[in-house]
Amino acid sequence: MKIIISNSSNLPIYEQIARQIKNQIMSGELREGEPLPSIRKLAHELQISVITTKRAYDDLEREGFLDTVGGKGTFVSVQNKDLMREKKMKIVEDKLNEAVSQAKMLGIDLEALKVMLSLLFREDE
Amino acid sequence: MDSVLEIKRLRKEYKGFTLNDVSFSLPEGFIMGLIGPNGAGKTTIIKLVMNLIRRNAGEIKVFGLDNIRSEAEIKARIGFVYDNPFFYDDISLKSLKSAIAPFYPKWDERLFQKLMEEFDLPLKKKFKTLSHGMKMKFALAIAMSHDADLLILDEPTAGLDPVFRIELLDRLAALMENERKSVLFSTHITTDLERIADYITFIKDGEIVFTAAKDEILENWAVVKTGGDRFESDGVPGLRGYRRSEYGVEALTSDAGAARQALSRDDVLERASLEDIMFFMSKGERHG
Repeated sequence: MKIIISNSSNLPIYEQIARQIKNQIMSGELREGEPLPSIRKLAHELQISVITTKRAYDDLEREGFLDTVGGKGTFVSVQNKDLMREKKMKIVEDKLNEAVSQAKMLGIDLEALKVMLSLLFREDE
Repeated sequence: MDSVLEIKRLRKEYKGFTLNDVSFSLPEGFIMGLIGPNGAGKTTIIKLVMNLIRRNAGEIKVFGLDNIRSEAEIKARIGFVYDNPFFYDDISLKSLKSAIAPFYPKWDERLFQKLMEEFDLPLKKKFKTLSHGMKMKFALAIAMSHDADLLILDEPTAGLDPVFRIELLDRLAALMENERKSVLFSTHITTDLERIADYITFIKDGEIVFTAAKDEILENWAVVKTGGDRFESDGVPGLRGYRRSEYGVEALTSDAGAARQALSRDDVLERASLEDIMFFMSKGERHG
């Protein structure tokens, strides 16, 4: 697991942690059933408040990314494949939404947008 | 959750200064920062907890026990560092240690030796020949060598160089892996230990301004930067203090949510640091 905390970010620290863990679960870097450090261990390593790490884990648990087993620790939960795909789609959909509204504001039509998207998609391959 | 430290309606009167109606508690397993400008009453509170001075009213419980009636029992479980460490001047650190260690049933000689080495403290030197920073380090080494359940540190970073401050931060962070350990520290340099503090109690002119979880504070408090005219006409929701310059106003709010709603296009809302809060609350102008 890799976590980088920025002190100059406008995001609260618990959210920075939650996002990074979430991304690593979605990308498969963190696998199902993999154990996570305890909130106290993580707080020590990152030199931050225990309350902050607890909040990050609580949020991830609520969203279904982590499971805490009493006495054993916290683990990456077994992900429902459909749900996972839906979550991934949602992330991209949000970004596209932003691009669409920006395009509308600047007077770029759907055709031009499609061309741009195809070009960008191929560029990376 | 159990409190390791519980202070209720504490009062102490001095000529020209009164610590008034101070209440707060520190849950077991957490770090609390007692912050406030110089002369706010931080050291007075700590001295009252340690029963070094007499209170006029109120109640203090440590580990659930009355701090005066059970003083000896409590102190064996506390690691204490005063901002101006005082030990017998004319003897070596080694002899000092030999005199102090027997008071603590859980004295850990190996840990003490390790800390002395890590802190670069010469065992043979006399206490009076040490710099302020080294005296501080020696006091910290003693406080951390007897498996204390509660560390009480009064301005622990005063007079210490940044390298050692970071080391101390790491030591405290490591200590907190054990959920039975708690720390109360006071400081007027908030940036120092801000990161690891779980709770913050802010005291000013002998009274508590707030005592709450740090994350909660940092979420609710913010600094709004706006134009002078707009500030005059509309104000800022939850205003707690402000500073005016020729080009605009910086205002501290304790209701970031409402302030964000009320922002106009050119305004900026930024997270407030504890330092911002301390500054605006003590030096900033106030309405009314």
